[in-house]
Amino acid sequence: MTHNPDQPALPGNEDAVNDPHAPVPAEPIDNPGLPAHHWRPTDVDPAAEKRAERQVATLFGIASLMSILFVVAYFAFEVGEDPDTFLGLGASTLFLGLTLGTALLLIGIGAIQWARKLMSDVEMVEHRHPAASSDEDRASAVAALRQGADDSGIARRPLIRNSLLGALALLGLPAIVGLRDLGPAPGNALAHTVWRKGMRIVNDVSGTPIRPEEVEIGQLVNAEPSVFFDADENGEPIMDGHEVLVEKTKAAVILVRMQPRDITPLEERANWGVDGILCYSKICTHVGCPISLWEQQSHHLLCPCHQSTFDLADNGKVIFGPAGHALPQLPMGVDDEGYLIALSDFEEPVGPSYWERGE
Amino acid sequence: MSSIQTNGKTAATATKPSKAGAAATWVDDRVGIAGAAKKNIRKVFPDHWSFMLGEIALWSFVILLLSGVFLTLWFKPSMAEVIYDGSYEQYRGLHMSEAYASTLEISFDVRGGLLMRQIHHWAAQLFIAAMFVHLLRVFFTGAFRKPRELNWVIGSLLLLLGILEGFTGYSLPDDLLSGTGLRIADGIMKSSPVIGTYLSFFLFGGEFPGDVIIPRLYAIHILLLPGLLLALIGAHMMLLVYHKHTQWPGPGRTEQNVVGYPMMPVYAAKAGGFFFIVFGVTALMGALLSINPVWKYGPYNPAEVTAGSQPDWYMGFNEGLMRIMPAWEYEIGGFTLPLSVFLPAALLPVVLLSVVMFYPFIEQWITGDKREHHLLQRPREAPNRTAFMVALMTFYGLLWAAGGNDILAVVFRLDLNQITYFMRVAVVVGPVLAFIIARRWAISLQRHDQEKLLHGYETGVIMRSPDGEYTERHLPISEAEAFTITARDREEVPALTSGEDVNGVPAPTARKDRLRARLQHFWYADNVQKPTRAELEAARHHAQHELEVHAGEEHAADGHQFDGRHDIHGEELRKH
Ligand code: HEM
Ligand code: FES
Repeated sequence: MTHNPDQPALPGNEDAVNDPHAPVPAEPIDNPGLPAHHWRPTDVDPAAEKRAERQVATLFGIASLMSILFVVAYFAFEVGEDPDTFLGLGASTLFLGLTLGTALLLIGIGAIQWARKLMSDVEMVEHRHPAASSDEDRASAVAALRQGADDSGIARRPLIRNSLLGALALLGLPAIVGLRDLGPAPGNALAHTVWRKGMRIVNDVSGTPIRPEEVEIGQLVNAEPSVFFDADENGEPIMDGHEVLVEKTKAAVILVRMQPRDITPLEERANWGVDGILCYSKICTHVGCPISLWEQQSHHLLCPCHQSTFDLADNGKVIFGPAGHALPQLPMGVDDEGYLIALSDFEEPVGPSYWERGE
Repeated sequence: MSSIQTNGKTAATATKPSKAGAAATWVDDRVGIAGAAKKNIRKVFPDHWSFMLGEIALWSFVILLLSGVFLTLWFKPSMAEVIYDGSYEQYRGLHMSEAYASTLEISFDVRGGLLMRQIHHWAAQLFIAAMFVHLLRVFFTGAFRKPRELNWVIGSLLLLLGILEGFTGYSLPDDLLSGTGLRIADGIMKSSPVIGTYLSFFLFGGEFPGDVIIPRLYAIHILLLPGLLLALIGAHMMLLVYHKHTQWPGPGRTEQNVVGYPMMPVYAAKAGGFFFIVFGVTALMGALLSINPVWKYGPYNPAEVTAGSQPDWYMGFNEGLMRIMPAWEYEIGGFTLPLSVFLPAALLPVVLLSVVMFYPFIEQWITGDKREHHLLQRPREAPNRTAFMVALMTFYGLLWAAGGNDILAVVFRLDLNQITYFMRVAVVVGPVLAFIIARRWAISLQRHDQEKLLHGYETGVIMRSPDGEYTERHLPISEAEAFTITARDREEVPALTSGEDVNGVPAPTARKDRLRARLQHFWYADNVQKPTRAELEAARHHAQHELEVHAGEEHAADGHQFDGRHDIHGEELRKH
C-alpha cells in the first residue's frame, strides 16, 4: 500500500490517515465511511469534565488507602493456628486479599474510566500493508544470502560441508546418551513385589498380624506386607521410609471375607484362600489407583478413578469399566501361630498393563 | 531530519527538555529506540469486547509469573521425608515429604502465603480458560486466515504448554490428590507400546513414585515451560503487532485499513487498566474462594485414594474418554497393548491438538482461498467452519460430562453403567448431530440477513388490510447496517469436476481434485450469497412501493384502535 498524497500522515503514526470519512466504493452498497464523531459530555461541559477528573482521582485515592490497609492487616492478623476465623477463611488471608484486590481493582477501573471519559475518543484510521515483503526486498535478501553462501564456499567444498553436517548430526548422540542416567532400565522390576512365601499379612495402619477369625464375612481389610513394619535387632526399621513408599505402590493388598459357597475359584487357586478370606492386589489394573469401594452384597470392588469393577468372588474378573485384565490374587495361607501369610509373591505383575507385561 | 507535520496546537520541537525527555534522549543515544517507538506509540488498535479474551490470558500469565515467584521463595521441591512441626496441628508429628510440608508452611505460616497460593491456582485456571475462549473467538470469526495461520499455530502450542504447566504445578504440593494424578500419568505412560516402561522409569528415576519426580517437575514448572511460554507469547504479540489486529466490518472499515484508538494513550490506559482489573479479580478470588486445600487431602500415600477424586477441569475430557473406553487390551506376539488406556489418554489429546493446530491449512486447502483477510466473519458466514467447531465442542463437552459420570450418577440417581453405555454412543452421534444442526442454523441466519437486507426488518407490528388480510410490517434497515451485512465476500460455488482433461484423460491428481471439488461444493453450495447492486435496488424499490400503495388502507391490528379510547397519533409505525 502506498500513501494517498491527499491524506497526510498524522504526527506519531506514519500509517495513519487524516480523513476517515473518505467513502470507498464497495459492492453492493458503497462504504458509507466512518460515522461522524459524537462529543461526550466530558468533551463539551467543563463541569462534567471536572467531575470525571475528581471521580478518577478518588478511585486512585481509595486504591492508595487500600494498600496502606494491606500493611495494617499484615501486622494485625496472625496466620497459622486458626485458619478458619472468618467465613471459613483465615482472617489474615481474607483481609490481605480484600485490600490487595480492591487496590488493584480500583487502579484498573480508574485507568479505564480516565481513558473512556477524558482521553480523546476520536477513532484513527491506519493503512495496512501486505504481510509479505516487497519483491525488491526479497530479491536483495536472496542475493545477499547467495553472496554469503558463495563467500563461504559451502557449495564448492563438499568435503567440508559433509564433514560438518556429520559432526553436527553426531552431536545428537551426546545429547541423547547424556540423558541415559535419568533412570534405571525397567528390567523386570515391575513383575515383582516384596511379598515372599511366609510373609505375614498385616493391618495397614497398626502393622499387627491378622488371624482369620478377626475378619468378618462381608468385611474388607486394607493390609500390607509385614516387612514394612519390621525392625532389625537395633530397633531400626528394615526399610527406610522411601523404599516403603515405592514398594507400597505395588504391594498394598486387601483382604475380603465372603461365604465360601459364593466363591468360584479357578482350579489352581482352590487353596489360595482361608475360610472364604481372599487376598487381592489393591492396585487397579487400569492405570493404578488404589481401589477402595467394596460392595459386600455383590462381592464387587469398584475403583474410584474410572469405575472399573472387579468380581472378587470370581477370581477378580473385570465385570465393568476400562481395566484390561483381572485383579491379581495373592496366594494365602496360615502360619503355625494362626496368622495369615502369603504363600508366594503375586504370580503376575500387579497394577497397570505395560508392553512387556506378558513376558 | 525532515520537518514534522502536525495538526495540533503545539509545535513538535521541545522548548526546554524535561527530565523525562533527557532520560529518553540518554537511552536513544545508546539504543536508538525512537525508530521503533515512533511506529508503535500511536499504533491503532480496534476495539471490541471479544478482543479482551486474549488479553485476559496474557494478564493471567503475568499474574502467574508474579505469584509463582513469590511461592518459590518458600516452596521446597524435595521428596525427602520430614516430620511435620508447623502450625497445622492435626499433622504435627506426621511423616511427609518436604514439598508437602513446605506447602503447608506457605499456607499456614507465611502471611499472605495462602492468598498467593490461591491467587496462583485461580490465575492458572483463568489462564487456561481464557486461552480456550480466545481460541474459540479466533476460530469462529475466521481470524486465523492468511496471514495469521502461524499465529494460530503458536496459539495452539500455548494452549498445550499452558495445560502441561498447569498439570506440573498441580503435582508439586505432593498431596494425596496430586500424587494420584501423577500415578495415573504414570499408568498412561506405561501404556505406550515398546517404550512405555522406559518413559516411566526415566521420568520417575526408577519405579513410581521414586524420589526425583517433584524436583524434576519443579524445574519444568518454573524454568522450562515458563521460558517456552514467554518466548511464544512474545512471538504471538510481535506477529499481532506486525499483522495489525483484525477488525469487524462496518462503515469506514475495509480490508486495507484498521480503525480504532491509538496505543498511546487510549489503548495503553485501557489494556493497562485491564491488567489491574484481572489481577484485582484474581486477588479477590484468592481471598474469598478456597481452592486446592491440600491440608484436607493429606500427604501422598500410594495405598490411599479419595473417592470422587477429579483432576483440574481442563484434564476432564481426557478423564471422560478414559472412563467410557471399553476394556480393550490385546496380546501380540507376547507383548501387551493396553489400548483402553493408550487410545484415550495418549493418542486422543495428540489427535485433537493436531486437528485444531492444522485447521487453517485444512480449510485453506478446501476453499483454495489464498488471499489475506483482515475483516472478521460472523460465525454464520462460514457455516461449515462454525459447525465443525460446534461438533468439536460437543465432543469435548460430552467427554467432560463423562469424566464426572460418578457425580452424574449420584446427582441424577442414575445407573453408572447406563450412563457409560449412553456416553459411548453419544460421543459419536452427538457431534454429528451438532454439526448438522449448527450448519443449518448458520445458513438460516444467512437467510434471515438476506431478508432484512431485501425486505427490511420485522417491526412486530401486525397490519390488517381492508380485505381482512394480516401481514407484518417491514421497514428498511439503516444504510450502515445494510453495508455491514454486505461487507463480505461473494463466494463462487465451483462446478463439480470429473478430474479429467478435455480428452477424457484423468489428470495425475484426479482423485485429489475430485475430492477437493466435492468438499468445496459442500462448503459453499448451500450458502446464501449477498444480492448484487441491481437486485438490492429492485428489492428496495419494491418495498418502497408496497409501503406507499398500502398507506392509509391498513390499520395496525393490535385491537386497541377499535376501543376508541386510544389515540394513535404520533405512533409512527401505525400511521400508514
Ligand atoms: C502458565 C503458567 C503457570 C500455571 C498454569 C501454573 C499452575 C500452577 C498450579 C495449578 C499450581 C498448584 C498450586 C496449588 O494449588 O498449590 C502451581 C504451583 C506452583 N507454581 Fe505454578 N503455574 C504457572 C507458572 C508458574 C511460575 C512462572 C512459577 C515461578 C516462577 C510458578 C511457581 C509455582 C510454585 C513454586 C508452585 C508450588 C507452590 C505450592 O503449591 O504451594 N508457577 N502452579
Ligand atoms: S485406575 Fe482404576 S479404573 Fe482407572
